[in-house]
Amino acid sequence: MLGWLFASPAQRRLLGGARLRGPTPWVIAIMSFSIMIIAAAGLALANTAATLGRSIEARYSLQLPSGASNVGALEGALRESPGVTAVEAVPEKEMRRTLARWMGAAADSADLPVPALVNFELRDGADLAAVEARVRAASPDARIIAHRESVGPLLRSLRLLHWLALGLVLLLSAAAAAAVVLAARGALDTHRQTIEVMHGVGATDLQIAHLFQRKIAIDALTGSVMGAAAAALVLLLLASGAAFVGDLTGGATLALADLFLLALLPLALTVLATWVARTAVLAALRQNL
Amino acid sequence: MHGAWQGGRSAAGRRIGRDHKLAVVAEFDSVGLRYGTGAEVLRDLDFRLTGGGFYFLTGPSGAGKTSLLKLLYLAQRPTRGRIRLFGKELSDAPREALPPFRRRIGVVFQDFRLIRNLSAFDNIALPLRIAGASEEEIEGPVREMLAWVGLADRASAPPPTLSGGEQQRVAIARAVINRPELLVADEPTGNVDADMAHRLLHLFTALNRLGTTVVVATHDVGLIKATPGARLIRLENGSLVDPTGVLKNPPPEAGRS
Repeated sequence: MLGWLFASPAQRRLLGGARLRGPTPWVIAIMSFSIMIIAAAGLALANTAATLGRSIEARYSLQLPSGASNVGALEGALRESPGVTAVEAVPEKEMRRTLARWMGAAADSADLPVPALVNFELRDGADLAAVEARVRAASPDARIIAHRESVGPLLRSLRLLHWLALGLVLLLSAAAAAAVVLAARGALDTHRQTIEVMHGVGATDLQIAHLFQRKIAIDALTGSVMGAAAAALVLLLLASGAAFVGDLTGGATLALADLFLLALLPLALTVLATWVARTAVLAALRQNL
Repeated sequence: MHGAWQGGRSAAGRRIGRDHKLAVVAEFDSVGLRYGTGAEVLRDLDFRLTGGGFYFLTGPSGAGKTSLLKLLYLAQRPTRGRIRLFGKELSDAPREALPPFRRRIGVVFQDFRLIRNLSAFDNIALPLRIAGASEEEIEGPVREMLAWVGLADRASAPPPTLSGGEQQRVAIARAVINRPELLVADEPTGNVDADMAHRLLHLFTALNRLGTTVVVATHDVGLIKATPGARLIRLENGSLVDPTGVLKNPPPEAGRS
C-alpha cells in the first residue's frame, strides 16, 4: 500500500529538484506552525473552560446587602442545611480590598455600606430551594447567587473561542490543501514533457501519480515537521505565561492526550497533502487523452 | 525493493521474444482528426500496416504526418473513424487499457524528448523500468543497446551534455530497448549528418529484419531510396494519397522488406 514511498534513485531523479527548493515545504511549514499554535490554544481554552466549569458548578455566594451584622446566624443556618459541604465567610477586610480597586481610598471609609458575602458549596443533587428557605428565615434580604450565572458569559466565550480555534484549524488545513493542489498543477506543468514521454513508453496514470505523490508527501512531511518544531518551541517559551494564566483560571494546561493530538497534526497534514496531491494529479492526467 | 512502480509489469508489458507474426499491426478505417474546434487535420484515412513492414510516411510540411504518428502511438484519439492496433479496437478504449499497448510501440520523437534529469543509461532504461523489470534485468540489455548505438562510453552523461546526434541515438535506443512490435519515428534523421542518418537507417532495417514493423516520417528522399522494399505512405493536406488502394488492401506479403 505504501510501496510508492520507496523509489529507486532513477525514479527519484525523474522529477529532479532538491528538497526545500520549491515553495511547497515552506508554505506547509507556515500552515503547520499556525495550525499547531491555534490547536494548542484551542485545547488549552477547552481545558480552561472545563476546569472553570467544574470548579464553579457547585459554588454559590450568599449576599447580605445590609452588611455583616447577621453573618454569624447565616453561617450557622448554612452549615445546618442538608447538602452544604463547605461554608466560608469573606472577611470584611477582603471585601474592602476588592472594592478599593474601583473606589480607591474611599473603600476604607467607615460610612461605606459594605455588603457581607458568604461562599458555600453544595453537594450534587442537594436541594437549593431548601437551603434558600433556611437562609431567608434567618435573614429575609439575603440573596443566593450561583457562581455559574456570573461566570457563564466567560465560559460561553471560552467555548466559543475553542470552536473558533477548531474552525481555524480546518480552514488552514483547507488552505494547505489548496496550496498543494497549486503545487501539484505547477509540477505537472513543469514536467509535462516527462509525463508525455512516460505515457508514450507505457506508464500508467498511477505510476506517474506515484512520482508526484511521493515528492509532495516528502515536501509536506518536511514542511509539517519544520512548522511543528517551531510551534513546539514557541509553546515551550510561552509555558511560563501559560502557567500564569493557569493560576488565574484554575489550571489551563495541556493534558497528555492533547500533546498526543498535537503531535499527530503534522502527520495528519502530510496525509492530507499526499491524498490531495494524488487526487489532483490523477484528475489532471485524466484530462489528457 | 522499489515499490513505486510495482504492478507496472503486465502480461503485455515486457515482451522479449514476443510473436511478431501479426498479419495486420494497424488498421485505420475512415479516420479523421481535429484539434479542438479547428478544421480537420486528418481526413478519411484508410490504410493497413502489415506485420513486419517498413513504411516511410512522407508529405509536405503541415500535411499531418506528426498527427498521424500520434494516432499510431496512441498519444491522440481520432475524432472520427476506427483504429485497430494489434488486432484490438482502441479508438474508444478506456485510458487504463492503453498502457499495455503503448509498451508494444517504440517512439522516436522529432525533438528526442529525452528526460534531462536522467543519464543516457536511465533514459534508455525507462521503458524497462516502467514495465517492471528489475535492475538486474535492465543492466545487460541497456549496456548492449548503448554499445549498439555507439554510446557505451557516454552511459552516465546527462542529455544536455550530449550532441544532437548522440541525443538522437539515445532516443532511438530508448524506443527499441523493449523490442517493440511497432516502431514509429518522426523525422529521426532531421538532426544528424548523412553518415549518421545511414547508420540510423541501418538500425531500423536491422530491427525490421527481426520482425518489427517500422514507420518513419521523413522528408529525406535519400533515406527512402536507400531502403529497397519499403512502402510509401504519402499525406497531402491531411488525406492519404493511395490511388491504387494498395495501402487500404495490401497483399499479404506486401509489407515484407
